[in-house]
Amino acid sequence: MGAQVKEQDMTPLLQVNALTKMYGPRIGCKDVSFDLYPGEVMGIVGESGSGKSTLLNAMAGHHAPDQGEVVFDTRVDGPVDTLKMSEPERRMLGRTDWAFVHQHARDGLRMSVSAGGNIGERLMAVGGRHYGEIRTQAADWLGRVEISDSRIDDRPSAFSGGMQQRLQIARNLVTGPRLVFMDEPTGGLDVSVQARLLDLLRSLVREMGLSAIIVTHDLAVVRLLADRLMVMKDGHVVESGLTDQVLDDPQHAYTQLLVSSVLQV
Amino acid sequence: MIELENVSKSFTLHNQGSAVIPVMERVNLQVSAGECVGLVGASGAGKSTLMRLIYGNYLAASGRVMVGDLDVAQAEPRQIIALRRETLGYVSQFLRVVPRVAALDVVAEPLLAVGTPQNKARDKAASLLAELNIPERLWSLSPTTFSGGEQQRVNIARGFAYDYPALLLDEPTASLDAKNRATVLRLIEGAKARGAAIIGIFHDEAARDQVCDSFIDVSAFSPKVAA
Ligand SMILES: Nc1ncnc2c1ncn2[C@@H]1O[C@H](COP(=O)(O)OP(=O)(O)OP(=O)(O)O)[C@@H](O)[C@H]1O
Ligand SMILES: Nc1ncnc2c1ncn2[C@@H]1O[C@H](COP(=O)(O)OP(=O)(O)OP(=O)(O)O)[C@@H](O)[C@H]1O
Ligand SMILES: [Mg+2]
Ligand SMILES: [Mg+2]
Repeated sequence: MGAQVKEQDMTPLLQVNALTKMYGPRIGCKDVSFDLYPGEVMGIVGESGSGKSTLLNAMAGHHAPDQGEVVFDTRVDGPVDTLKMSEPERRMLGRTDWAFVHQHARDGLRMSVSAGGNIGERLMAVGGRHYGEIRTQAADWLGRVEISDSRIDDRPSAFSGGMQQRLQIARNLVTGPRLVFMDEPTGGLDVSVQARLLDLLRSLVREMGLSAIIVTHDLAVVRLLADRLMVMKDGHVVESGLTDQVLDDPQHAYTQLLVSSVLQV
Repeated sequence: MIELENVSKSFTLHNQGSAVIPVMERVNLQVSAGECVGLVGASGAGKSTLMRLIYGNYLAASGRVMVGDLDVAQAEPRQIIALRRETLGYVSQFLRVVPRVAALDVVAEPLLAVGTPQNKARDKAASLLAELNIPERLWSLSPTTFSGGEQQRVNIARGFAYDYPALLLDEPTASLDAKNRATVLRLIEGAKARGAAIIGIFHDEAARDQVCDSFIDVSAFSPKVAA
């Protein structure tokens, strides 16, 4: 999006090849392949049970897929298949260049630790040591996600759902990741809170030149945030392309149904 | 700058018995730098469809849709996004309003996207909004609450903020008063003078005749219906 990126000779940030995850005989996601380039935001849509979360979790290394590759362009060694990394290597990636925003903020936050602590913890995990600096950065990030820094010592359990979600985003972005996975980041929030969160995400993605993969069933969300779109059904990708092309001129029967069954977005 | 070769377009309605609706075929057209071509033809003839094929939100069934040296019909999403950022502007009939983004920022956004410094981008946005008679007290508000005519003028300001080498204008003067219409026509003439290739749809004949160098009747591309 906002990132100034050169077209030629660009290495994809992420290359997913033939990724498959089975749950016994049942398909989680099957044979998914795509390249994501630096600065791109991709949406994944599809009805409940279509395999969106399964795919996202397989890419992020939360569970082992049965087949396929997830090649990430690492800072030091260039493209590496993250599925073949050692557990500590992958964990390090998850704290530095990758971030994961869960649908339920409580899955991505430590509820027993203060708001400032939640943000600071990620900084400490990548070697931040100076207490004063960590606290200053935490306060700065609270401001960026529109939480008053007077709340820095409160626990997330004292926050509203929308505030918890913004805190989770701050915790994830503070270390300047290059790739953010998001699973229904606006799910479960009421509409006005969603609009505010989306606007925030949109400006953060642009300012930081992030690449992101956003799972949602809300077409208005992808219209606003995603450059490109992948449509899933029964674990398979049925259509993909430029977001407004897929929404305005859907080619696949399922996508046509999906687009026509919602209010104009 | 813009060149279509043997382009055809049909819609397949999978959920209505897979009906195939042919909309146009054998579209050939060329627009050079500094030229403005007007699309004419009855309602439903396919004028807006043709623009969307060029902008890339409709997918051509066949043919080449060249903008500069990119074939939009075959391009990857990221190539189209780069094309839209740097080369091809589009003023659609309606502004897609993003909640909570101020009108001034909506207009400045295309400039920021190509790396223009914030203050320069905002100055340009302010001068366009002023030229299009959007009261200054509205500049800091999201256009969500603006009247239809105000939204349209914000949309036009946004389309002319950055100097795109190619521009698509879908009824930019519809529902504007005489004064604002004159401003828009002046902007179009300015864009032509700096070398922009423009395709426009104008229902207003006087406006059309003032800015267009030639016309294309889109009805000519209607598929021949077997009787
Ligand atoms: N741990 C599991 N064990 C067995 N089956 C599972 C497991 N997790 C998911 N599935 C199945 O895999 C399929 C895909 O589920 P997934 O959670 O990826 O869907 P989704 O697209 O994220 O849906 P939603 O929009 O409801 O979150 C479903 O049929 C689901 O029942
Ligand atoms: N997404 C779509 N799906 C199906 N049919 C479509 C779609 N978009 C356009 N059409 C059809 O294509 C034809 C051309 O429509 P288009 O909007 O391009 O006409 P137009 O010349 O711009 O008309 P107007 O002057 O009324 O704006 C119409 O028959 C329309 O119904
Ligand atoms: Mg899910
Ligand atoms: Mg039209």
